[in-house]
Amino acid sequence: MKKKKIIQLLGFLVLRACLYTVLAIIFLFLYDIGKKGGGAVSWEFLTQPPRRGMTEGGIFPAIMGTFLVTMVTAVLAIPLGMFAAIYLNEYAKQNRLTRVIRLSIRNLSGVPSIVYGLFGVILFVNIFRFGTSILSAGMTLGLLTLPWTITASEEALKTVPNSYREGALALGATKWQAIRTNVLPYAIPGMLTGTVLGLARAAGETAPIMFTGAAFYLPSLPRSLGDQFMALPYHLYIMATQHHAIEQVRPLAYGTALVLIVLVLSINMGAIVTRYRMRRKRRW
Amino acid sequence: MERHFDEELTRLNEKLLSMARLVEESVALAVKGLKERHEEFGRDVLEREQDVNLLEIEIDELCMKLLALRQPVASDLRFITSAMKIAGELERVGDLAVNIAEVSLELLKVPLLKPLIDIPRMASIAQSMVKDSLNAFVNRDEKLARSVCERDDEVDCLNDQIFRELLTYMISDPSTINRAVGLILIGRHLERIADHATNIGEDVIYLVLGKTIKHHIEEIRREQETP
Amino acid sequence: MDITPKIETRDLNFYYGRSQVLKSINLVCAEHHVTAIIGPSGCGKSTFIRTFNRMNDVIPGARVEGQILLDGENINLPAVDVVELRRRVGMVFQKPNPFPKSIFDNVASGLRINGIKDRAMIEDAVEKSLKEAVLWDEVKDRLRENAFALSGGQQQRLCIARALAVKPEAILFDEPCSAIDPVATAKIEDLIIKLKKNYTVVIVTHNMQQAARVSDYTAFLMLGDLIEFDKTEKIFTNPAKRLTEDYITGRFG
Repeated sequence: MKKKKIIQLLGFLVLRACLYTVLAIIFLFLYDIGKKGGGAVSWEFLTQPPRRGMTEGGIFPAIMGTFLVTMVTAVLAIPLGMFAAIYLNEYAKQNRLTRVIRLSIRNLSGVPSIVYGLFGVILFVNIFRFGTSILSAGMTLGLLTLPWTITASEEALKTVPNSYREGALALGATKWQAIRTNVLPYAIPGMLTGTVLGLARAAGETAPIMFTGAAFYLPSLPRSLGDQFMALPYHLYIMATQHHAIEQVRPLAYGTALVLIVLVLSINMGAIVTRYRMRRKRRW
Repeated sequence: MERHFDEELTRLNEKLLSMARLVEESVALAVKGLKERHEEFGRDVLEREQDVNLLEIEIDELCMKLLALRQPVASDLRFITSAMKIAGELERVGDLAVNIAEVSLELLKVPLLKPLIDIPRMASIAQSMVKDSLNAFVNRDEKLARSVCERDDEVDCLNDQIFRELLTYMISDPSTINRAVGLILIGRHLERIADHATNIGEDVIYLVLGKTIKHHIEEIRREQETP
Repeated sequence: MDITPKIETRDLNFYYGRSQVLKSINLVCAEHHVTAIIGPSGCGKSTFIRTFNRMNDVIPGARVEGQILLDGENINLPAVDVVELRRRVGMVFQKPNPFPKSIFDNVASGLRINGIKDRAMIEDAVEKSLKEAVLWDEVKDRLRENAFALSGGQQQRLCIARALAVKPEAILFDEPCSAIDPVATAKIEDLIIKLKKNYTVVIVTHNMQQAARVSDYTAFLMLGDLIEFDKTEKIFTNPAKRLTEDYITGRFG
């Protein structure tokens, strides 16, 4: 009896230690960035373009670029992902083919992002002739987030009880009516949060935009979706590794990192809070 | 599959059988007392009455309990309702045996009007009807139950015969009225016993087949449907 | 007693993948009567009534053979408009499944699905249906509240009202009281008996006493076979088949 208890106690201790280690790493990391980048972040930093070979000034164009490219990603990924998920979950016959498709989608989310980047160069930049632009980069990121969006949306659809579908069908609804009136309203919050989490990940990606539209430095803000743009992750990459005066701009790099992390985290938080609220509202 | 319910039904069956045994004995003793003109038998009948009445109440209570708590259906339902009805019939038969014993005891005080011929015959038929109706119940024997019902007419005929015969005695010599009426009553009681045996037979047929044959109900209904 | 067949199956076979769930079933559900379908779990009784409004269509791998006649017309044909069929043959499910909307919108949903937009007409129909489902007095002051605020029994009556709102001709009940307490069950049973005045009712139930209480006719199904079909009083006092007897007296197994 006693031995069993000791083993259980030890087991808990090991599990708890693992958790604390992970938490410690995350906090150390955030603390380090916060401490070193906190000083650089100011109103000016957020609203001014970089100056003097990026050794001074702010990161406004990069914030703007990231925002715009994420928008393009959202416009592409949200409807496409949702409709694909609706088709897969509601309409497609659940046979071997759909299983293969589903598996492929899951696997796509594990493909390294640089592969997406190179694919984007070929497809959007060269074949579609969108050039290196917000559009190309946004679409590449869109492809990157699609597996996440589809999977999350499908999971959200699965949480809607079948009785809602049957209830509507039994009243004489067509399949689409049943989905539109009795499935989507309850699945959309879940679908959106999943999608937003995917977008947050896309916003922080460097590799896919590196060749498809992100620029080292631009003197002006992009005027159309066909223009090149500056983006936070790429800017950070430049500042940290490619700059001619790395030591000098280090605080700025930390500041950029902090802004990027805060941006991504707040998108995630937004998604989580929405989901929590929606969950509390629905009862089944 | 054996159900707990079956144990309760077995208990009901046993109670009904012990009641049937008592009533059967009562009838036999009453008839014996009448034939052998011995008052001891009459006393035995009177003693049994109380036990029969108690058993009827116990059976009724048990049936009510099973109906309320088990909500029986199909053969279970038919068994319980039949048991209630049969217990009622048996109680009446027991009462009639007592009546016969009482009249017999009265008749002991006076000499016999005439040698008993038809009444013992009637008694043995009625007695066999009671016995067979109960056997039919025990064995769920629908054929035997039907044969009980068929014998009822015979008893009715004998009763009429006895009545007419005794009537002639009474008309020719009014001093025989007292004794003749006693015998008429006994005949009447035996006829009633046969009726109750017939009812038990009909209950058994309902129990086995789920079909009511009482009062030729099927023919009556058929006639009603075709005006 | 005059009987008009409302729903009738002829030689109905149902296959799910390779296994046969229903075997050549012939049954008549009389108009303005309650027909109960009883049988052990997995005997195919739910599958059976779901053929009446073709709800099995959604199940992958399901195949239905034979005729299902609604007012004498075969509805088991590909050309039949299932949407219209399901309006004519309503259904109430095992677990109350109100939509997470207001009480009013729940009852109105069937009407809206069927393209009715007129506000006054919807309000009228909602009130009428709720009254018919004997729920009106309990909810008339809180029609805007979420349907989940109702008790289980009320939710089920709401689902009945919702089914009634589209003016069906027949209503299928698929074990409507299995998730509901006895008092609420009694109310629903009472309601079912009332409904037969205007509708044809078919009810699947694993509660035999319930079948006895509400139905006029009872069908006993076992392993996909229709063992016995007769007047309810006959089934429960003197069933013709040994299997029926064993099942309803609990000697089964």
